[in-house]
Amino acid sequence: MTSGVPIGVPAGAMPPAPTRERPRSPVQRPGRVGEESARIDGVPKVRGEFEYSSDLWMDGMLHGATLRSPHPHANIRRMDTSEAEEMAGVHAVLTHEDVPGRKVYGMEIPDQPVLAWERVRYQGEPVAVVAADHPETARRALEKIRVEYEVLDPVTSAEEAMREDAPKLHLSGNVLRRVKVLHGQPAGATAEVVVAGEYEVGMQDQAFLGPESGLAVPDGRGGVDLHISTQWLHIDRDQVAESLGLAPDEVRLTLSGVGGAFGGREDLSMQIHSCMLALETGRPVRMVYNREESFYGHVHRHPCKMRFEHGATRDGKLVYVRAGLVFDGGAYASSSNAVCLNAATFACGPYDVPHAQIESHMLYTNNPPCGAMRGFGAVQACFAHESQMDRLAGALGMDPIDLRLKNAIEPGMRFPFGQEVPHPAPVREILKKVKDVPMPEEQELAGRDPRELPGGVSNVTRGEGVKRGVGYAVGFKNIGFSAGFDDYSTARVTLAVEGGEPLVRVHTAAAEVGQGLVTLQAQIARTELGVERVAVEPADTRVGSAGSTSASRQSYVTGAAVEGACAAIREHLFERVREELGGNGDLSLDGDEVLSEGRVIVSLVDLLGDEEIEETLEYHHKETHPLDENGQGDAHLQFAFAAHRAVVEVDTELGLVRVVEIATAQDVGKIMNPQALEGQIEGGIAQGLGLALMEEIQVKSGKVQNASFTDYLLPTILDMPSVRMEILELADPEAPYGLKGVGEPPTISSTPAIVAALRDATGQPLTRIPVRPEQMVGISSKPPEEPPHPGSAGYAEIGRLDERPEH
Amino acid sequence: MRLRLVVNGEVREVDDVWEGESLLYVLRERLELPGSKNACEQGECGSCSVYVDGSLVCSCLVLAGQAEGREVVTVEGISDGDDLHPVQRAFVDAGAVQCGFCTPGFVVATHDLLRRNPDPDEADIREALAGNLCRCTGYEKILDAVRLAARGATG
Repeated sequence: MTSGVPIGVPAGAMPPAPTRERPRSPVQRPGRVGEESARIDGVPKVRGEFEYSSDLWMDGMLHGATLRSPHPHANIRRMDTSEAEEMAGVHAVLTHEDVPGRKVYGMEIPDQPVLAWERVRYQGEPVAVVAADHPETARRALEKIRVEYEVLDPVTSAEEAMREDAPKLHLSGNVLRRVKVLHGQPAGATAEVVVAGEYEVGMQDQAFLGPESGLAVPDGRGGVDLHISTQWLHIDRDQVAESLGLAPDEVRLTLSGVGGAFGGREDLSMQIHSCMLALETGRPVRMVYNREESFYGHVHRHPCKMRFEHGATRDGKLVYVRAGLVFDGGAYASSSNAVCLNAATFACGPYDVPHAQIESHMLYTNNPPCGAMRGFGAVQACFAHESQMDRLAGALGMDPIDLRLKNAIEPGMRFPFGQEVPHPAPVREILKKVKDVPMPEEQELAGRDPRELPGGVSNVTRGEGVKRGVGYAVGFKNIGFSAGFDDYSTARVTLAVEGGEPLVRVHTAAAEVGQGLVTLQAQIARTELGVERVAVEPADTRVGSAGSTSASRQSYVTGAAVEGACAAIREHLFERVREELGGNGDLSLDGDEVLSEGRVIVSLVDLLGDEEIEETLEYHHKETHPLDENGQGDAHLQFAFAAHRAVVEVDTELGLVRVVEIATAQDVGKIMNPQALEGQIEGGIAQGLGLALMEEIQVKSGKVQNASFTDYLLPTILDMPSVRMEILELADPEAPYGLKGVGEPPTISSTPAIVAALRDATGQPLTRIPVRPEQMVGISSKPPEEPPHPGSAGYAEIGRLDERPEH
Repeated sequence: MRLRLVVNGEVREVDDVWEGESLLYVLRERLELPGSKNACEQGECGSCSVYVDGSLVCSCLVLAGQAEGREVVTVEGISDGDDLHPVQRAFVDAGAVQCGFCTPGFVVATHDLLRRNPDPDEADIREALAGNLCRCTGYEKILDAVRLAARGATG
């Protein structure tokens, strides 16, 4: 079929676009806080009926597509869209000239063009967008847009970006952020035992399964409704409105089903583009990235190079840490500022360090932009500080756990960034707990089911070279937004009699991304108001901001907002009871009834009658503060700690790995929902395992080499072992229910624990993650710059297959 | 082109199908069956798993035209009416669902596994589900769900 003919969809006049119905809010009967409570969206999800943003559909909708730069660095000389515009089935072709409002966006620094003009700074940068009547028509129209580029040399590493003669990628220069932490007297510090090491972390992808997607619906009055999967509706709305030149209330966002996030949906992807196309065409426009485009469509975990020096006394007490961390931020700022700060504050690990000098650098390059991913700066730092602790233990001849116990930080001490360590900070407890988990039994190698050998059925040996290794690591993470950010959430809660029974409705803008927040909000309402039935309304911008579903913060911040709004309703009810029934002070709510001294005095049905009680509460967490010029300040809200033990088997001849088991101990403050908690821990560990063993976006000369699930490897059910966990519930007195954020800690120290176990099995230094087979068998300490290819040295030695005499 | 196939027991006919469309696309965009998911569209993640003439396949790798005259069963056709199939029930009860994007594929693949092997051991389960990616759960609860469904089915 030739281009120019519309695909699939018969032509015809379109009726005016209908508005979409608001998603339903099913009534649930949740458990109380701490109880098992099945997720309300579980049933539609197993039936295939849950509506994700890529499932959105409307009569008369158009399909959007994005033209992206093939070059990591180039000047745009000319752009000609006329041929694309003339194609049958194409309804709009838009470039930067069509951006009605602010032409750039960004959460921390608005430095990223909505659509590029003059210059492109990374491969995959959006240059133009198209709306057409079939996705294939839209893709073909992209091919008809003529862009003349003047290709420039890309800046392909942070080190290169730091050089004096490097091209300046932004007006502000190439340094995006520099954070220094000075503690004690690091300059003159000396120690009896010194170990130094260099470490490197590759670029990890969030690889959420649900692709970036959304549906923009024009309202016919110049505004737009956007149905979208995101982590933070309000920051999306504000950025979209700004770039559309609209008032915030003219842009309304509703959360659609989110197929995972892990940080990768905190930045905008197709939000502004789809709204521009919808406003231009007057039709609903859906955009759905495919997997390759998704790799270009969101930010990744920052690659990082780190140099660490640890000094200690001969009996194993830390004296100083000196560290330099260099992050590759890629082409645009995203949340790099905060990642740089986090890494600087966590570089020493959860240890008592008398003297510290930390420098964390974030650079602009022409590599893919990097930003938020689960662990957010703590992941990279933890790999380095835990590798160093093992190296130090080796130099001292000490047990690695004993060394950590000896130096563990305690409440009342100060972190190197000056903040007092709050209670509880159970570093010792979790280390001891994880050590005491019984070790998995060693399985005979001889005669073993080949599926249970390292490498599984692709292992070609009988396990002769298989060695077992054990490794430990501990890490921590700040919960909530830091460094002076006014971090808050809003909850609107109503109580009324519906269908003859009391019903609590909870409305927040908090994004459920899979973690189970929709259940947790219901549990809190159930607990606070003693009402059996709860409906959690769809998240949208009709209610105030809930902040981001990131930094493990929603249970804390939105949890506190829901709790507070419920408490206000409860007070209102009690006042009425006291006024109308003269009840005494000791009132409580349970089983849809008001109780006094444990005895029922009135049912909520009778008390409420036709009245609806509504309360809206904005919960702002305790103030935090930016760091001063020496990197000192009460920067963080809450700290969560986890420790991991990994047991691995490595085929030391083949470099194949089987992770036998991960054990973990984590302090969660309060178990809110046992099943959801276990799911967060197991899933977080799987992502840590991925970073240790296989996950890396490979970038060469600024170009991504593996933008697919064929080439970017994710842990499968064959790679992920079972997890044994010890959960501690040491309440944080300042947090709702004493809870601590739980999403990120599992991802942070699982990675270094696995690498420590690999070192134990192989004796190799393994200073770069993900660890590759050639490093494990000792062929090279780092992956080669140029992978071997036919005709290269490796092949020359053994002879190319097609040139061997036997052929 | 015109396409005729049987989906979840019903004869369905679709017009104006472009030859390049996959079975997944036709199910999702033309037959109002978006339960099969579009996570990678290259056969790596298993989120689009369906039965075609009783064989478990990735519907993203099947051209729509190849499904002409075939019998397709999707996640929407796994259960009988309003009740959940025991495999679906087990995924909910075991906590094997988080974001849920992989879930339809896992449900169909588990259904297929238990049909072939009603009492799989752990290695069997892992091997059978190795073609389905999940990014949220770490797979532990999915293993639990499969065991739970197998127990329910065997007695």
